[in-house]
Amino acid sequence: MSTRALDAPRGRRLRIPIIWWLFIATFLIGWLLVSQFGRGDFIAASNINNIVERSTALGIVAVGQTFAILVGSLDLSVAYLISVTAVMASYIMQGDPNRVPLALLVVFAIGGLVGLTNGLLVTKARINPLIATLGMGLILRGLLNASFQNFAGSVPASFQYLAYGGIGPFPVPMLVFAVLVAIAAFTLKGTRFGAHIYAVGGDRATARLSGIRADRIVIGAHVVTSMCAVLTGLYLASRLRSGAPWIGPDGVYDLESIAAVVVGGTVLAGGRGGVLGTVAGVLIFATLDVIFNQLGISSYTKQVLRGLIIIGAVAVYAYRSREVVG
Amino acid sequence: MSDATTVTRTPAWKLALLGVGKVAPVFFVLLVLIVWITILNPRFIEPTFFLNFLRRSAPLMILAAGQLFVVVTGGFDLSQGSLVTLTVLAGALLAFADPTNTWWVILFLYGMGLSVGVFNGSVTTFLRVPSFITTLGMLLTLKGIGLLWTGGAPRGALPENFRAFGRATIDGVPLLGRLPWAVIILVVLSTLFIYLFHRTVLGKHALAVGDNQRAAALAGINVHLVRISAFTISSLSAVTAGIMLGGFSGVSMNVGDGLELEAISAVVLGGAALLGGRGNMPAALAGALTLQALFTLLNFLGLPSPLRVTVQGAIIIGAVGFAAWRAVRAGHERGA
Repeated sequence: MSTRALDAPRGRRLRIPIIWWLFIATFLIGWLLVSQFGRGDFIAASNINNIVERSTALGIVAVGQTFAILVGSLDLSVAYLISVTAVMASYIMQGDPNRVPLALLVVFAIGGLVGLTNGLLVTKARINPLIATLGMGLILRGLLNASFQNFAGSVPASFQYLAYGGIGPFPVPMLVFAVLVAIAAFTLKGTRFGAHIYAVGGDRATARLSGIRADRIVIGAHVVTSMCAVLTGLYLASRLRSGAPWIGPDGVYDLESIAAVVVGGTVLAGGRGGVLGTVAGVLIFATLDVIFNQLGISSYTKQVLRGLIIIGAVAVYAYRSREVVG
Repeated sequence: MSDATTVTRTPAWKLALLGVGKVAPVFFVLLVLIVWITILNPRFIEPTFFLNFLRRSAPLMILAAGQLFVVVTGGFDLSQGSLVTLTVLAGALLAFADPTNTWWVILFLYGMGLSVGVFNGSVTTFLRVPSFITTLGMLLTLKGIGLLWTGGAPRGALPENFRAFGRATIDGVPLLGRLPWAVIILVVLSTLFIYLFHRTVLGKHALAVGDNQRAAALAGINVHLVRISAFTISSLSAVTAGIMLGGFSGVSMNVGDGLELEAISAVVLGGAALLGGRGNMPAALAGALTLQALFTLLNFLGLPSPLRVTVQGAIIIGAVGFAAWRAVRAGHERGA
């Protein structure tokens, strides 16, 4: 089971995962529909940019979520961690470029602490990850709402480079996301930590018996997840110029990131999947958003279709595996 | 053969009591909370106040009971909360304050719940989509349907005889005073749920499927049917909770928000193992009551309302951590 995952990157023939076919199909069908019935051009550069922009926030947090899910855990606290990060960052910065390093230090420390706590609750206290991270999310939500009711502080203009800057034709957030994906993919496929993640997610007991410190791997994965959520929070603060307590939960980043990961082919039970699938999952969501917009479908209908599409996409390949699911 | 079965049969009440003895912690916590609330406000245990507390707890308890069926089979039902909301919205929209509509509307709502449950169960078991994803998709879909149907804001109203299930009382009952309908419904349904879970083949099969789906299938259990039934019970309980909530809190777009996670928390507080195989109905009901008592206590303590959420989170983690510690000590490898 886990050997297959380990062999994959060195595979003799490169097999394109079904999720990328799904993405291509979505893209082409969308193109067809929009060119027939839509307003405007689907393949316009502004549209592609639009897709990438929409993908960035969800993409970063979903890449992190992939790590938690691969070790057989999950993280429902990311939405509130995103809010905490955005609010704390802009509150500490107060528009002063000199305070950016301090703000970064604080938010990454918070992220590390949250990830560490999540990991310890899941491993040492053996609390089901759903409950542990749900509880953590509630704790963060209460603390945040007790301290801040509205936009707090602001980020300096230089910090907005993260969201609005560009190097050549490429927007900075897209580059950040690409670099993050590359690092994450390399970590999973090319390092010992990555190999251990698949081993622990595939079968924790066996991994432990093989001499892997399973608990540390799970904790490490949770820290990665939280750090990615922090990065999303920073991106949103930079984009909105200030942080507000509701930006995380309003984006439903907790459930949507899990949906993106699972639609991307990572098995919810852990041990199989990867970051590239998650990227495809996020791109599918974003493409659908653009298609719906171009076709003038109401946001309510969009939500109905989105729910059914999540189920349908997972059903497509869940049905192919002989796996027993919970 | 019938002899053999009658010999080993213990009466339902004894079995329930036995279960209670095994999962005691949640009952102790509940007792502590109730005593604490009573110290802060002695009128709390007066029949009128306590019955009112039970009435407020009824929807969550019913949701938790339904959720337990899904949890012991190894799944989650995240669509409960949005089904509660849709029930209230659709009820108001269809009945439009006309009492003569109430009965067919209720029938329609249960039909809706039935289809949601059968859909959740079938997709999970036939298409092998993890229930977390199936019901998450259903959550989004039902929310979307609610928005689409109402156009973004609640319309219509619930007629008085519809709201009665949530807020009507029977006056002048000896000893108790005013007895809310909701409490009577709660007692009847709790009995039914305990019977279903602990005394019928369905309950046993649900536990078996959750413990080891493959073994259960090899033992001749119709796994598909059991899992679909579990999701259906969960959805029907959500409709019931929705009808009650519509009765006493009225129509809004977010009546059901977050209820599914509260129900899961309640079930786990009651000692059920997520991922299936272990669960107890009286304890799950007590778990829901405990959660509600906790909300009441935090209210009485005058904590600023955002911090209540923080305390709630910490307590859920603490309680489940304690349950996990006990489970591990008792030899269950998995924790909770």
